[in-house]
Amino acid sequence: MLTFTLRRLLLAIPILLVISLVIFLLVDLAPGSPMAEIPLTVPPDVRQKMIEALGADQPVFVRYLLWLKQFFWIEPMTLYDGWFGTSIVEGQQRILSWQSRSPVFTIIGQRLPQTLIVVGTAYLVGIMIALPIGIYSAYRQYSFFDQVGTLFAMIGFSVPTFFSGTLLIIIFAVWLGWFPTKYDTMLEVTDWQSFLQQVKQMALPVMTLGLANAATISRYMRSSMLDNMTMDYVRTARAKGMDEKVVVLRHVLRNSLIPVVTVIALGIPSIFGGAIITENLFGVNGIGAALIGAIHANDLPMVQTLAFIFAVLIVLFNLIADILYGLLDPRIRYD
Amino acid sequence: MKLKTLLLGAAAAFALAPAAHAERGTDGEVKLTFPQAVSIMNPYLTGGTKDIYAASMVLEPLAGLTPEGVLIPKLVTEIPTKENGGISEDMTSITWKLLPDLKWSDGTAVTADDAVFTWQYCTDPAGGCSQATKYEGVASVEAVDASTIKVTFSGPKANPYTAFVSALAPLLQKKQFEACLGAAAPTCTDANNMPVGTGPFMVTGFTVNDTVQMAANPNYRDPAKPAFATAVIKGGGDAEGSARAVMETGEFDYAWNTQIPPETQESMKAAGKGEFVVAFGTLVERIEMNTTDPDPALPEGERATAKHPHPILSDIKVRTALSKAIDRSILVEVGYGAGGKPTCNVIPGPEGWASDNEGCIAQDMEGAKALLDEAGWKDSDGDGIRDKDGKKLHILYQTTVNPIRQDFQALIKDWWTELGVDVELKAIDPGVFFGGDPGSPDTFQKFYADVEMYANNSESPDPESYLGQYQCKNAPSPETQWQGENINRFCTPEYDALYATLATTTDIAARQEIAKKLNDMVTKDSMIVVPLVHRGTLSAHSNSLGGVQINAWDSEMWNAADWFRVK
Repeated sequence: MLTFTLRRLLLAIPILLVISLVIFLLVDLAPGSPMAEIPLTVPPDVRQKMIEALGADQPVFVRYLLWLKQFFWIEPMTLYDGWFGTSIVEGQQRILSWQSRSPVFTIIGQRLPQTLIVVGTAYLVGIMIALPIGIYSAYRQYSFFDQVGTLFAMIGFSVPTFFSGTLLIIIFAVWLGWFPTKYDTMLEVTDWQSFLQQVKQMALPVMTLGLANAATISRYMRSSMLDNMTMDYVRTARAKGMDEKVVVLRHVLRNSLIPVVTVIALGIPSIFGGAIITENLFGVNGIGAALIGAIHANDLPMVQTLAFIFAVLIVLFNLIADILYGLLDPRIRYD
Repeated sequence: MKLKTLLLGAAAAFALAPAAHAERGTDGEVKLTFPQAVSIMNPYLTGGTKDIYAASMVLEPLAGLTPEGVLIPKLVTEIPTKENGGISEDMTSITWKLLPDLKWSDGTAVTADDAVFTWQYCTDPAGGCSQATKYEGVASVEAVDASTIKVTFSGPKANPYTAFVSALAPLLQKKQFEACLGAAAPTCTDANNMPVGTGPFMVTGFTVNDTVQMAANPNYRDPAKPAFATAVIKGGGDAEGSARAVMETGEFDYAWNTQIPPETQESMKAAGKGEFVVAFGTLVERIEMNTTDPDPALPEGERATAKHPHPILSDIKVRTALSKAIDRSILVEVGYGAGGKPTCNVIPGPEGWASDNEGCIAQDMEGAKALLDEAGWKDSDGDGIRDKDGKKLHILYQTTVNPIRQDFQALIKDWWTELGVDVELKAIDPGVFFGGDPGSPDTFQKFYADVEMYANNSESPDPESYLGQYQCKNAPSPETQWQGENINRFCTPEYDALYATLATTTDIAARQEIAKKLNDMVTKDSMIVVPLVHRGTLSAHSNSLGGVQINAWDSEMWNAADWFRVK
């Protein structure tokens, strides 16, 4: 298992390098300019100077190599300097966003908490809703509960978040006035009242995303359960006179969870990626909102860095899913 | 850590403030929301209106503009004029006098050196200053004494109120930005995000593209203002969400740029929590006619250049007919509601500068058809499309991807089809269209289409630089890497000659007359530019926010010091 993990990790290095180059070229060759959002009243020669000040007029490969150096050397060392008070890379150019002229990693650091809290909670809520629904739907296949569960999943699948989110806003914020529509990223939870406020402002985005997450996972859970319900070992367990509860929750559920865990693990990078539409709709201003804002503004360093971090996470969680698989299912061995 | 000390300092300053001044900071918090979040608080490093408006609550220019477009002193005792001796007789210099005892929010004195520094900051060639035009023609800025700033121009300047005027060109503190000159400008993240200013508020917290937190400036020159103790600008989302947060849920007091469909405006008004306000500047949605031939068959380098005049649109009758067929009132009703009005002018305001040209407002389909007949475009084969010399009357009409613009395209296509014109529509990503990449065929400057639609405006009430766009020399071409603002490649010696007189005319009434003539030359006399809608900025404020006076000539937050809570 260890050699397998090491081999995969080493293999990940060339893969990630190729990915970084592909992303860089894709983003760079895509049409558009960081000056596109500058008003037309700014004359061309001033625009040219602004582009030069950004360094955006440099050749692609120069910018790529500089970015590699910044990403793999200067940024980690800046973190190291910050922790241990050293000054190894002090004064060296960090990756700066073209739009805001702030270091990209500072922006990511500011935004990750919102995304992790909101999107992460939505993911957890989704899982917690999905697993019981999936289990019971499979156990009582074609029952009324199963039909309702299927309907619920279909709605979650097919209704886009920009629609369900707006609907929730109109019902719960405009008509009932229970929850705010804009997420206050500056809120600090210090006492019960601010905690309540945090729960309130998370309610709508978490509901919106949770519904979508629950839909997918509940379907996986249901079908995985159904596969296992007809297995011989289930009949054996029942024939031995085991309690239904033990049969379903211990024997069937454990075996059915294997593929579901993989699906859940593979979905985790998307938490870090944020939720572009939902974040924008509720003003959560996490990673997803940062990404789409940067794309609109042709802020290449920001888009490139975020896209690459997502690539790293996806490669990493694929590996984690594989390892988990091996741990959960003794039949699978990689050595 | 630094932030915390700053916050503590601000809090301490506050604790003392109420004793001395009974009114400052008594109205709690004012909450603003911008659909586009604020990226940076330094207007010299951004072109985004969102950033410039947010910064205007903190940084101030020497003089600002009222909603009527009139200059008012902000950090100076009076507006310099020839009469009061502030402007030299030969119009080559202007002298500003700073208010006595003026302080930055950190308590240090504002001096003429700060102005000199600001000029150096923005004119440093390596700095990439986005407001460089504001300091164009300035030969030197000197500190005559601690409170006297003398700006000398390289020649007589008819409009000397550019440097240090309006939210686009505020004063920066020398002490804070000293290390940020030239190439170092973008790296001064702290200074760029939390500039020290003289405005009613000072920044206490900043998260990029998210939230700006501000507190009342303890050293603001009017001890009774601002009424609010703190201010917050929350960014992100969309125009509809921002409008809703003010008009329907009442979570925010002010929403900037809430451009939403007219029917949604109506339903939001019905909630009764706030109102929409519109500022009409000079933003005009227009159709620009290409005077050169964009035929793809032409070799690259000659396509869409002055070498080949446009085969169809070179005829003024065709251009006039196309304009006559459009019903501008319907366009306003569909696209903008209260946020727009029909116009025939490139310079639609301010009053005094706008020509009284209204001939295009009423749609005249029959007149348009007659004109095309006259021009020799007739439907000879009965297929509904006019032709001439075996060539169909075909027009490629491009614009950016934008729901309102696509509605406009569809409506105008209908009218032009009725006229017997075969219209092909094209919508381009705005990032590409406005991106100015000389390698892309789809930029508005390259204009590889017959007509194109977008909006443009003059950044100041005096439209001199704006009208300068239509000079022959500003035509984009392969020689200029397709840069240049005269995208129609409009070129007449009369226009250039009249424009030259504008630069040397100093009398306001005479300047206005010239501007009107220039406006008419590109619109009703030549139909090179077909203005459609005079667009305003639609913003929303809650009923409980008082003192809002929306302004098209300066920042919308120009009088944030006067805002108060209606009780």
